[in-house]
Amino acid sequence: MLLSMEHLRKEYPNGKVAVDDFNLQVDRGEFIAFIGTSGSGKTTTMRMINRMLDQTSGTIKIDGEDISKMDPVKLRRSIGYVIQNIGLMPHMTIQENIEIVPKLLGWSKEKRNTQAHKMIELAQLPDDMLQRYPGELSGGQQQRIGVVRALAADQDIILLDEPFGALDPITRESLQALVKRLQEDLGKTFIFVTHDMDEALHLATRVVIMSRGKQVQVDTPENILRHPANQFVTNLIGEERLIRAQPNILTVSQIMLDHPASIRPDETLKDAIDRMHDRRVDTLLVVNDQNVLQGFVDLNDINRIADVTTPIKSFTNREVFYVQADSLIGDTVDRILKQGVKNVPVVDSEKRLVGIVTRTALVDIVYDALKGAPESDHQPASPINADIHATATKEGGDSQQ
Amino acid sequence: MMHFFATYGTQLLSKTGQHLYISAAALLLGVIVAVPLGVLLTRMQHGANFIISLAGVLQTIPAMALLAMMIPIFGIGSTPAIVALFIYSLLPILRNTYLGMQGVSPTVKDAAEGMGMTWWQRMTQAEIPLAAPVIMAGIRLSATYVIAWATLASYIGAGGLGDFIFNGLNLYRSDLILGGSIPVILLALIVDYLLGKVEALVSPRQLR
Repeated sequence: MLLSMEHLRKEYPNGKVAVDDFNLQVDRGEFIAFIGTSGSGKTTTMRMINRMLDQTSGTIKIDGEDISKMDPVKLRRSIGYVIQNIGLMPHMTIQENIEIVPKLLGWSKEKRNTQAHKMIELAQLPDDMLQRYPGELSGGQQQRIGVVRALAADQDIILLDEPFGALDPITRESLQALVKRLQEDLGKTFIFVTHDMDEALHLATRVVIMSRGKQVQVDTPENILRHPANQFVTNLIGEERLIRAQPNILTVSQIMLDHPASIRPDETLKDAIDRMHDRRVDTLLVVNDQNVLQGFVDLNDINRIADVTTPIKSFTNREVFYVQADSLIGDTVDRILKQGVKNVPVVDSEKRLVGIVTRTALVDIVYDALKGAPESDHQPASPINADIHATATKEGGDSQQ
Repeated sequence: MMHFFATYGTQLLSKTGQHLYISAAALLLGVIVAVPLGVLLTRMQHGANFIISLAGVLQTIPAMALLAMMIPIFGIGSTPAIVALFIYSLLPILRNTYLGMQGVSPTVKDAAEGMGMTWWQRMTQAEIPLAAPVIMAGIRLSATYVIAWATLASYIGAGGLGDFIFNGLNLYRSDLILGGSIPVILLALIVDYLLGKVEALVSPRQLR
């Protein structure tokens, strides 16, 4: 475990509890996002990791070593730090800025120089920009430098405190892409504070949702979308986002009907007619003794045959379209709809019949996802939510084009 | 004009030298004391106002009175003059240093600390360089004050260009008064100009 935070508590002298019993174990290479409304303690928690703040109680260990026993200056040099308002030194060139921590660590001039060139390349900025001053760069370019500066001394853990909060949406998107790529390529551990849910869900491997100093939910973006822990999380995510995310998180097994009407190959036409009548269906799925899907029979086939003792297997329609139970709806919905069938059998990995998906159920999901929330009349609970809703609405517009 | 230079030329040079020496010494002491003090003041919230007020009070003592007060302690000559002028130089430097340091963006301070700079490194590599233009403006202001007030130092036997002016006043000789005043004005202007150059030099390129 690279970073371990146990029973963290931060109480200010005025009695305000900013963080209460925070626990988190972070593995190498994880991308953790702390998200919550303002005052939820997410920044406070992050700042305790590099001892910009000291916890009231609880322990933080990095590689098993208790950081409260470490020299804060040394600790900070080993942790990358990116802040919202960029924090480049305006009186230093880009190169000098990138070299700050390597220089503090006593790297040789040549090594620092090599590293600066490597870093500007990682930031996808031209090499000659090294000699410029921060004020000559755009906000997005500055924050690119801010990000690679935090990587310049080969730190294992990088803390990012709302790094893109001050950037316009287009610049923010390109920065998010940069950060995600760097994190994946370099295998560093990123800890990231944000109040932008899209950002958290898009970038993080695990999301820590905080409210009033407490952890509300800690899980992967998929699981959070699938099972929001409570109403607060639902509000924070936004109902529209939850609905829109459904095709990408729901599996076929979650919307299928169990116990589809089925019949065995050695049963007869009469059995088929009786079963259709009982179940009020016009199609029966044919399965063998192991419940493996063989095909289907439908009412049209039955009408053509006069002899009611004809075994099912003799007129089974073998060209059956089916889907896997664990596949995502988003991946299969197009195929299902294009087939133009009313019902699609669902099978497990051994092709055993487990359920059936009706066209109606599918269309409902697709329609909701396109439309967003059903005529949303819910008021945003906070400015943060308003923000998230605004973003979500904007995206909805894009996806429809 | 030529006659004045012929008669007083060498004297003018030595008096200018004395004047410059007294002013420079006072200013240098002022910088040595007030800049670090101003930097330290930013670390203590409560003491800062008190100390800046105290420097302000010292500033209000009439120059002549302050010079006279120095005589029992330091006798006469250039030493009491330098001490008195040093006291005068404190306030502008102290106040500007304090304000300059406070004006450094909190983001830069946060970044510097978060990257693992020690207090000393934060001061010398980040905060003082960024506050330098404001600090230098205070030093320039002090320099012109000190050069102007050094004229009075002649009263307690410190010499300097004030000698010409006071002699001129006593003898009703306007040429001596002008011969002392004009060099003082020129001196102040030149020093201010030179310090302005220094200010530009210490200013971060991006902030110029």
